[in-house]
Amino acid sequence: MIAIVDYGAGNVFSVQCALERLGANSVLTKDPEVLLKAEKVLFPGVGHAKAAMEALKENGLDQVLKELSVPILGICLGMQLMCLRTEEGDTQGLGIFPVEVRNFPSGLPVPHMGWNSLEALSGPLFKGIAKETDFYFVHSFYAEPSPYTTATTEYNELFSAALEKDNYFAVQFHPEKSGAEGEKLLQNFLKL
Amino acid sequence: MNLVHGIKKIVPMLKKRIIPCLDLKDGTTVKGVNFLNLTSAGDPIELAKRYARQGADELVLLDITATVENRSTLLSLIENISREVYIPITVGGGISSLSHVRALLKAGADKISVNSSAVKRPELVRELSEEFGSQCIVVAVDTKSSEGTHYVHVKGGREATTIQTLDWVKTVEALGAGEILLTSMDADGTKAGFDLHITREVALQVNLPVIASGGAGEIAHFSELFTTTRATGALAASVFHFDQIPLPTLKQSLKQQNLPIR
Repeated sequence: MIAIVDYGAGNVFSVQCALERLGANSVLTKDPEVLLKAEKVLFPGVGHAKAAMEALKENGLDQVLKELSVPILGICLGMQLMCLRTEEGDTQGLGIFPVEVRNFPSGLPVPHMGWNSLEALSGPLFKGIAKETDFYFVHSFYAEPSPYTTATTEYNELFSAALEKDNYFAVQFHPEKSGAEGEKLLQNFLKL
Repeated sequence: MNLVHGIKKIVPMLKKRIIPCLDLKDGTTVKGVNFLNLTSAGDPIELAKRYARQGADELVLLDITATVENRSTLLSLIENISREVYIPITVGGGISSLSHVRALLKAGADKISVNSSAVKRPELVRELSEEFGSQCIVVAVDTKSSEGTHYVHVKGGREATTIQTLDWVKTVEALGAGEILLTSMDADGTKAGFDLHITREVALQVNLPVIASGGAGEIAHFSELFTTTRATGALAASVFHFDQIPLPTLKQSLKQQNLPIR
C-alpha cells in the first residue's frame, strides 16, 4: 500500500489518479500508524510552506516523516519542506536534506511556471529518462544545488530539480502532470 | 544560443506554452468544434485527450454558461478529464467563492481563473491566493482599447469598466495572482494575430507569467508573439478546434525557428 500524506495542502487527486493508472493501491492519510506501515510514501503539496508545516505538526507528521525507512517521494512543496529551511515565510523545514530553499531573484516572471528541461540526471528515479526531458514546474522558491542533487534545472539560477538521500527522494516538478515521462518517473519510484 | 559542432543548440530553458482552450456549455459540451475524423467532436474528454496526446502544454477549460445548477456536472467532468489527461488544467467561468475553488481543485484542476468576480471584489484574489497559493490563481483579463487606452471588460466582454488594464494587472499582482491570462477583445476572432502591443505592455508591467489570447490565425502569429513580447504562453481555440493549425505542426515549426518549445 502506498500512503499519500494528507495535510490539507494542495491537490492530491492528480497524484491519486496517476497511481491508479499505474495499478498501485494508495490511501490518503494523516494517521502516523498508517504511514509507518506503508510500503512507500508520497509527500505531495502545493501552497504556502508555513501553513503546510503547521498542518504537519498538528498531527505529529513532521516526526513520522523523519523516522520513515521506506522510500518516500516529496513533490514540489513536499520537496521544499524536506529541506533545512525555506525563505517562504522563513519556515524551518524537516531537515532531511541539509539544503536551503530560496526565493527566485526579482526580474523574472515568478512563479517559474511551465515545462523545463532536466540536466545532470542520476539515480534510480531517472532510469530510462533522457537528459533534457521536459517536466512541468510551478513554484516560486527553489532548493539550492547540493551534493544530494540528482537533477538540475535552470531558471536564471541553477537549482535542484531533484534530491536523493538514503530512502528519501524529492522532485521540484510535478511528475503527475508531466505526461508520459512523469508517469515513467513515478513508475521508477514504485519499483524501488 | 550555443553553437555545438555547427548545430544551433537551444540552451535548456523554460519552454513557451501552447494552450488550447475548450469552451464548455452546460458542463458537458464543447462549443464550436469541427474536427474531421473525430467521432465525438463535442466530447470534452475526448478532445482534452487528443490535445494532450498532440503535445498541448496545458489546457484551459472555460465554463461559458457557469450557472450554479451546472456546478456538479462541471466537477464530475473535471474529475473525468483529470483521470485521463495528465497535463495541467486551468478551469474558469463564474468562479467567485473559496468553496467553489476548493471543490474544483479537489476534482483535479491545477489552476482556476477568475475574471468578473475579481473586478467586482478584488479582495477575492487575495483570499484565494492566501488560501490555495498564488500558483493556482490565474486572473483572466479581457481588454479592449478605447482612444489609445486599454480598459478592462467584464461579463464575457459585454460590459466595459473604467479600470485601465495596465493598472489592473499591477493590482492583481499585488493581491497575489500567480498568472495573467490576457485576452485582447480587439484581436479576438480576427485571426489577424495576437495583440502584440498590449501583451508587450502587460508583460513589462508585471513579474508574472502572461498568457496571450485572441487573434491567432497562423503559425507566424505565435512566433511573433514569442519573439516580440515576454508572453510565456499562447492560448487559442478555433485554430485548433477546426484543425487549421494542427498542434504538432505548430510546435514543430516553432522549434525549427529555434524558439524554446517542448
